[in-house]
Amino acid sequence: MTTPLLTLDNLHVAVEGKPILNGLHLAINDGEIHALMGPNGSGKSTLAFALAGREGYEPRKGEMRFQKRDLSALAPEERARLGLFLGFQQPVDIPGLGVMPFLRAALNAKRQARGEEEISPADFLRLCRGAAERLGISEELLRRNVNDGFSGGEKKRLEILQMTILKPRLAILDEIDSGLDIDALKLLGHAVNALREDGMAALLITHYRRLLEHLALDKVHLLRDGKIARRGGAELAEIVEREGYAA
Amino acid sequence: MSRIEAQTRETAEALGENYKYGFITQLEVDKAPKGLSEEIVRLISAKKREPKWLLEWRLKAYARWKTMTPPSWAKISHPPIDYQELHYYAAPKSQNAPKSLDEVDPELLRAYEKLGVPLMERERLAGVVSSNVAVDAVFDSVSVATTFKDALAEKGILFCSFSEAVREHPEIVRAYLGSVVPQGDNYFAALNAAVFSDGSFAYIPPNVRCPMELSTYFRINEAKTGQFERTLVIADKGSYVSYLEGCTAPTREENQLHAAVVELVALQDAEIKYSTVQNWYPGDRDGKGGVYNFVTKRGDCREKNAHISWTQIETGSAITWKYPSCVLRGDGSSGAFYSVAISNNKQQVDSGTKMIHLGKNTKSRIISKGISAGQSSNAYRGLVRVHPKAEKARNFTQCDSLLLGPDASAHTIPYIDAGNPSCQLEHEATTARISEDRLFYCRQRGLSEDDAIALIVNGFCREVLQKLPMEFAAEAQNLLGLSLEGSVG
Repeated sequence: MTTPLLTLDNLHVAVEGKPILNGLHLAINDGEIHALMGPNGSGKSTLAFALAGREGYEPRKGEMRFQKRDLSALAPEERARLGLFLGFQQPVDIPGLGVMPFLRAALNAKRQARGEEEISPADFLRLCRGAAERLGISEELLRRNVNDGFSGGEKKRLEILQMTILKPRLAILDEIDSGLDIDALKLLGHAVNALREDGMAALLITHYRRLLEHLALDKVHLLRDGKIARRGGAELAEIVEREGYAA
Repeated sequence: MSRIEAQTRETAEALGENYKYGFITQLEVDKAPKGLSEEIVRLISAKKREPKWLLEWRLKAYARWKTMTPPSWAKISHPPIDYQELHYYAAPKSQNAPKSLDEVDPELLRAYEKLGVPLMERERLAGVVSSNVAVDAVFDSVSVATTFKDALAEKGILFCSFSEAVREHPEIVRAYLGSVVPQGDNYFAALNAAVFSDGSFAYIPPNVRCPMELSTYFRINEAKTGQFERTLVIADKGSYVSYLEGCTAPTREENQLHAAVVELVALQDAEIKYSTVQNWYPGDRDGKGGVYNFVTKRGDCREKNAHISWTQIETGSAITWKYPSCVLRGDGSSGAFYSVAISNNKQQVDSGTKMIHLGKNTKSRIISKGISAGQSSNAYRGLVRVHPKAEKARNFTQCDSLLLGPDASAHTIPYIDAGNPSCQLEHEATTARISEDRLFYCRQRGLSEDDAIALIVNGFCREVLQKLPMEFAAEAQNLLGLSLEGSVG
């Protein structure tokens, strides 16, 4: 049996002294799409931050292994360069930092970590414009500062654009579907499916099944009180939608 | 301690140790005795073999200064300066009015080489250095070398030390000296008028476009010595000049006083671009040492359609007290102020500009970017005044502040005095913090903290950096990095 891309073993995380995750187990293989559902406060976003390495979300107990590496030993940027991508629920604006210089620096940081050449400005421009066009992101938005004055939907589209350009091994998308209309949901579905063909795995954190309709789900996990309360296939998402999280 | 806090501390430590211009040059020095008196003023004037009118001008300024008190309105604090504890004149001994670069003390040339100042025009002629900058270098109290004088003279451009201008072109100096910044303008301007030792002088004749950047490089070397230079730039009708100014000082434990005056005069249709990269020693991380920078800079758009712009990158000095201003006297004239002021550790910055609209259809533009790190304080203070006769005057002001870490502070203090109902004045201000969550976002995309801050700071300052002449833009960008090293890669 091959080692999963991501293995979470008995994960415990407390935020500001309050236990949030209490012995979580999860394994994701290359190319798999998982959904993580659960009521507000069940620890979904905490898991996302713990995986990405946000300060204050360090595990108290348990293990997080990504590509056989212990994630806890890595800085957030090192995790990112290994191919771990977090699509933020609430992306922050960054005054002074343009979308394109930001994206290019991020892509080059990753390429550098892999011992690859920096992308030429012309190639980057082509890559960025192409991806933006497919996602319905205007040139004007690309010229602005990161998330500066963006609407909720525009912010989410920019997250998808970043994922598309950075081509992660694992994308954790935290309520990426909130604030997206049906068309954008479809685009997101296409983007994830396309990346999946190159082997990307994804963990979709969501309340709603509507995003999941555009994707072939491998597994659904129901999070309650900081633990996986129930596991199943795509059918579990339907049950949750019909009967609520108490299902 | 949060990460950004720790980072800011590190930054502060790095900066204190990383001031790369902190070396001291060993030279024999001709120094005036400590203290300030009428005798010292006379001594300075005699050392420089000045004409009587200038001595009298100095004495008048000195008498005026004695009656004045230091300004107390700025958002800065420091122990009172003991003006009797300073030397008011210091000159490298070997420096007896060099006639050419060959006569300049090699020790001095080496000092400037270390500073990266291109003094050696021979090298340029030999094609070694691809520089297009004429330099007047001021070391402590005297100008030590002016390059490319002959090339400039062919176009009728006068560019030399202030002392030489007094000797060679007294009629021009006399006509313009103090005409923009009067002797009694303020406490520090009066002190400068009394004891100024040297500086740079440039005159651009009518309809001449100066073919290269003119530059002055100021260096304080001697201990306990004040530096009081005076710069006078005159752009005659229809002419254009771009002028650069750079400054450094050695690392010393005691504070050094710098009180300069810069006067710019632009006649009809003339344009002066004045750029400064100020990197005086800022003191260590505990706030020990560093230059007290009390500078009066003012440009006079004296006739129709004149244009003056100030661009400054301020990273050094323990205290910065500086308001490069424009008097928009001629109808249709315009002024601009583009500024990046970075403060770190315990640096204190109180800087900004004054735009005085006197003529009709005058325009001004103010773009100020303040970046504060460590425990520093960074204030923008700006005045926009529209005289009752200044019909249809327009101003646009934008003040942006960026804070790094929890202990830094930023202040925006605008004064607006609209004396004519037809004027149009706009003011925009923003304050942003490079917060933990913003940095985390960048790091999640694979950027290190240093790279993220460098990108943010450069983006934040882009609008101002673009205004710098090419020769300076790279230097300025390096300087931004150096000043915030530890938080900037």
